[in-house]
Amino acid sequence: MSTPLLSVRDLQKSFPAADGPVPVLQGVTFDLAAGQTLALTGESGSGKSTLLHIVGGLDTADGGAVRLGETEVTALDDRGRAALRRSRVSVVFQQFNLIPSLDVGANLAFQARLAGRHDPAWCDTLARRLGLAGHLSKYPEQLSGGQQQRVAIGRTLAVRPELVLADEPTGNLDEETGSRVVDLMLELVAETGAALLCVTHSTALASRMERRLVLSRGRVA
Amino acid sequence: MIGATLRALLSHWWRRPFQLVTLMVGLATATALWSGVQAINAEARASYDRAATTLAAGARPRLVADGPIPQRTYIALRRAGHDVSPVLEGSAAGLRIIGIDPFTLPPDDLPQDTGAGSIGPDFIGEPGQLLVAPGTEVPDSLPPATEAEGIPPGAAYADIGTAQRVLNRPGELSALIIAGPSSMTAPPIADIAPTLRRTGGTTTTDVSRLTGSFHLNLTAFGFLSFAVGLFIVRGAIGLAFEQRRGVFRTLRALGLPRGTLLALLSAELLILSLVAGAIGIALGYLVATLLIPDVAATLRGLYGAEVAGELTLRPAWWLSGFAIATLGTAIAAAASLWQTARMPLLAPANPRAWSRASAQALWLQAGAAALCLAVAAVAWGIGGLAAGFVLLGGLLLSAALALPLILRIVLRAASRTAQGPRAQWFWADAEQQLPGLSLALMALLLALAANIGVGTMVSSFRLTFTGWLDQRLAAELNLRAETEVQADEILAFLGPRVDAILPIRSTELPLAGAPAQLVGVADHPTYSETWPLIARQPDTWERVNAGDAALINAQLARRNDLWPGAMLEIAGRDMLIAGVYSDYGNPRGEAMVGLERFDTLFPDIPALSFSLRLDPAGIEDLTRDLRDRFDLPESNIMDQASVKRASLAIFERTFTVTGALNVLTLGVAGLAILTSLLTIATMRLPQLAPVWALGFTRRRLAMLDLGRAVMLAALTFVLSLPVGIALAWVLLSVINVEAFGWKLPLRLFPLDWLRLLVLSLLAAALAALVPALRLARTPPSELLKVFAHER
Amino acid sequence: MNARITRRALMLTALPGLAHAQGFAGLGTASRGFAEPAPDPTFRFPADHGPHPNFRIEWWYVTANLTGPDGTDYGIQWTLFRSALAPRDGSGWSTPQAWLGHAALTTPDTHRATERLGRGGIGQAGVTVDPFEAWIDDWQMAGPSLTDVRLTAAGEDFAYDLSLRTDMPFVPQGVGGYSVKSAEGQASYYYSQPFYAVEGTLILPTGEIPVTGRAWLDREWSSSPLAETQTGWDWFSLHLSTGEKLMGFRLRDRDGPPFTSATWILPDGTPSPYEDGALTAEPLETSRVADRDVPTRWRLRLPARGLDVEVAAVNPNAWMDLLYAYWEGPVRVSGSHDGMGYLEMTGYE
Repeated sequence: MSTPLLSVRDLQKSFPAADGPVPVLQGVTFDLAAGQTLALTGESGSGKSTLLHIVGGLDTADGGAVRLGETEVTALDDRGRAALRRSRVSVVFQQFNLIPSLDVGANLAFQARLAGRHDPAWCDTLARRLGLAGHLSKYPEQLSGGQQQRVAIGRTLAVRPELVLADEPTGNLDEETGSRVVDLMLELVAETGAALLCVTHSTALASRMERRLVLSRGRVA
Repeated sequence: MIGATLRALLSHWWRRPFQLVTLMVGLATATALWSGVQAINAEARASYDRAATTLAAGARPRLVADGPIPQRTYIALRRAGHDVSPVLEGSAAGLRIIGIDPFTLPPDDLPQDTGAGSIGPDFIGEPGQLLVAPGTEVPDSLPPATEAEGIPPGAAYADIGTAQRVLNRPGELSALIIAGPSSMTAPPIADIAPTLRRTGGTTTTDVSRLTGSFHLNLTAFGFLSFAVGLFIVRGAIGLAFEQRRGVFRTLRALGLPRGTLLALLSAELLILSLVAGAIGIALGYLVATLLIPDVAATLRGLYGAEVAGELTLRPAWWLSGFAIATLGTAIAAAASLWQTARMPLLAPANPRAWSRASAQALWLQAGAAALCLAVAAVAWGIGGLAAGFVLLGGLLLSAALALPLILRIVLRAASRTAQGPRAQWFWADAEQQLPGLSLALMALLLALAANIGVGTMVSSFRLTFTGWLDQRLAAELNLRAETEVQADEILAFLGPRVDAILPIRSTELPLAGAPAQLVGVADHPTYSETWPLIARQPDTWERVNAGDAALINAQLARRNDLWPGAMLEIAGRDMLIAGVYSDYGNPRGEAMVGLERFDTLFPDIPALSFSLRLDPAGIEDLTRDLRDRFDLPESNIMDQASVKRASLAIFERTFTVTGALNVLTLGVAGLAILTSLLTIATMRLPQLAPVWALGFTRRRLAMLDLGRAVMLAALTFVLSLPVGIALAWVLLSVINVEAFGWKLPLRLFPLDWLRLLVLSLLAAALAALVPALRLARTPPSELLKVFAHER
Repeated sequence: MNARITRRALMLTALPGLAHAQGFAGLGTASRGFAEPAPDPTFRFPADHGPHPNFRIEWWYVTANLTGPDGTDYGIQWTLFRSALAPRDGSGWSTPQAWLGHAALTTPDTHRATERLGRGGIGQAGVTVDPFEAWIDDWQMAGPSLTDVRLTAAGEDFAYDLSLRTDMPFVPQGVGGYSVKSAEGQASYYYSQPFYAVEGTLILPTGEIPVTGRAWLDREWSSSPLAETQTGWDWFSLHLSTGEKLMGFRLRDRDGPPFTSATWILPDGTPSPYEDGALTAEPLETSRVADRDVPTRWRLRLPARGLDVEVAAVNPNAWMDLLYAYWEGPVRVSGSHDGMGYLEMTGYE
């Protein structure tokens, strides 16, 4: 763990509220090595999702630094963060993941094509492995929740990102479906060599990760 | 219960004020344009009614003679029990003096009262008084002048006695107006004054027919604007109903009867429509006030000032404004009310994405479009003016209804063949947005098609009209003498000064059973080389000049299906029709024969009118000489250039209003796009957030949204082009023929289309700008909320 | 609409004699330059049968009660008004003398009325004395003298052609022909010929009807006959079966009691004038005519002559729907005396 893939240092973030700013992150610091999996847990409002969003270039920090490899994520502008999201960091959300106007095949390949590294063979593999081969010309609304989430995972991995971020990926799924989706996700993440940062409040899910980080009131507990 | 229910229903609007504004703006705009046009039409019609009975229009029948009418003939007719009123016209010091007798002239024929400018005791007696249009210069040599509204420029009304003095024509009258019915014991006029001829008002252009075309355009536009506005209303109401499905269900579940719910919803809509209607009527009044000066100028040009320059608020008008607003709301809400009425009690409370039309619905709509097209086709087959309008409406409606399906097919094809994920998403997302935008795009299609259609018609008309004027006004000067003696003197004077003198003689007579005019013309290249023939036989002019054939105007030809080769009885003599000529603006039939033939048919009709051919450079001098020497009234000498100038000026003025309405209609369509985009903007976040998360900047998404709106507008424009051309064709070849008896060739004006394309893209871009800017500034946290657990 | 107002304005100026229908607008005021009637006139006939251009207004007013072969009652009116814009005569179009004719034919069921306008000086309308001729357009009252005239008028849907004859003298009204119209002293010159015997023909769309009867001519001229506050009049001319005649009028006043005046005429033509108050006229019943209530049954009393009669319209709907509208039609008299007559009512707006 000499040069971590992801390095988070003293991260600060607060949200405006009626009676002054409410601090959400108050100096979070941690590292994540390439290929490593990390569960980020904590009670509601502990700042898990915010942390994930800042790491993923979806939101900006008030202070501190996030570094991904050689890139200072917290120093990127809008355009730079968009580029980061396209090719290096990829997010699996709890729901509303997919582009409703595109069919499954297009959704699966979308990010890879955006990033300019579309590999049809890899996409086929992913589709097969995720059990989506028979659904490629369907639209997201025609899929079940578990299928939708599998498409999201496939899309995420199709781009072969350095870091996969997942925000309660099984939150909307029943236990059995969720467990199968997690199996697939971990298996495929391991195959691509990506690191995984997974926000969850499920201990079952957290226990499947190599490391576990607990966030409490905006600090690493 | 009702109060609480109503509050529950109405609270929706307060929570979504933007929807309320959209509904109000749509309905008010629709009502405004419709009622504005109605106000203009009503004002114009009132003006025509006045003008039709005024002296200047000459609509009342008159008694005329070949020369002046002695005053004693007038007295003899009055004393025999005939209600005639004397007129003496002539020119003095550059003014056209119109002498009238306020005692015997029908009250409606008198120049309009303007308080100070009214006819009072000073009007009769000496020195008398002239009534002139405001701003008219009156030399000191004439009696004192008072300005009054409704007097044609360059004319002065005076008492008949004053006119006789000023014109130095004591005891002479130029015409007797038949002012009213004669006494039941009165002997026939012919027994008292055998030399007088009765003429039925104006013999040239019946302007009200020409302006009929103008009002047709206005009405069609008003209706279209209204229809376009209704699309906005439909969108707003549909959305409001969908979003309240949960409320409806809850209310029903709590025991509110279906009928009460529907009644309350209807009441709510009625209130909204009345408020919007009131705003619309006020706006319509404003629109009409802004447009009426142009209309007034048009009518002034056509009529010589018998126009009210300002608007009268007629109860019928604002009542109809409310009626149309309510009716429009009812039409727009009908489907929503119907769905609500049929909604099962346990229907899902979640708003079905109302903007998401299924493919089945699209095909259903396309089926309706096909039905409209079929109706239009049947109407075409039937023929007639009403059917012409059905054809027009069916065509437009079917195009609008078919638009969503066509766009969907085009967008799907584009997304299939798109290269790259961005392009693919761009097209796919456009397709997804389509249901929410289709009402606005249908409105845009209507507006564009109408613009193209009417624009093409106007431009075709203008081109044809200009060419026709050149042909019909080939002679440099047209002249009319007052008497035969004067005609002889003028001819003697003109002899060495012009290249050719072409006598024109005319009389009124029935042709094919309807009042018409027969004209005798000379054998001269002026006619044979330029006359605007639209159908002819070989040797047309040889046969006409030889006296065995006649030419007829298109109106007569079309009305009676008489074309070259057919025979027509003229004054008891069967004559071959050798050609048909276009005769725009003339509502009546007309036939032309050679001068010699005319002479043998009507030897008693004096030759008073002449066309003169001369070097155009000499027109001005000759006109002045003729006026000075023969004291001819202004209207008796007309030079080609000024007639043409005046006609074209009238034409252009006529269509400035059309142009303004064009822009307004397009504006309403732009508004429809804006409101639709704003409405779907909130629903679009779940569609945009994943794309943003995958690496698009908000700026880029906004640009793409803007581009999408412009692209959709462009596609709609492309589709509206054939519809507009078809519309123009219907207007030119069906409506005009049915309404006025003349057919105009269709010409295409690609440059106009280009301008319209730019304008519509601009309108779409402008409409998309606000939602796009809002998107570009959406905080990431808003986008992230889409993925948030609590959603 | 505006043109109509113009015309009204013109006629109002030109024909103040008819302005009563407009509420007597401005009549009590300026009559600048016009002659004014003076008491104790001496009429000179036939000269005074002709126009008096120095006076502002003047009329030749004929009404006749006629009977058809089947006993049906008819009435006709023939009136020629003269109105001067300036107190002078003149020839040609610039004459200040304007003329207005009213003609009506009333049956028990119908009432037809029409009007004619024109100006003097050009031959369209006027009055000459010897031989007598009063005319406007095709209407005329003409004959060797005013005691022997042919009276004709026609409209779109009616006409009449009557001969009027009498041997009786003309009867001065008021005091020797000086008729006072208000307490302030407004007055006119006024004489009548109530003794005409009539025979002739009425022409209606349904055909011609031979008639006989009695006619009454009023001649009156003045310059400002009414006070400003007087709002209208009710004017009676009655032929009683005794051979006696009664002329009576009631001028309604905005600010006070009406002003009445009457003349009792014996069968030999001897007049007895009665001053304000001697005659009373009391409306008994109104009819809805042309959207207004007009009294069409009256009680008329002249105690000095033992007269107490009811006067009722033959046709209550005798509305003169002309530029200046008023009510005028034949009436029947019953009570202390029997008879026929005519009633004119103005100012019922």
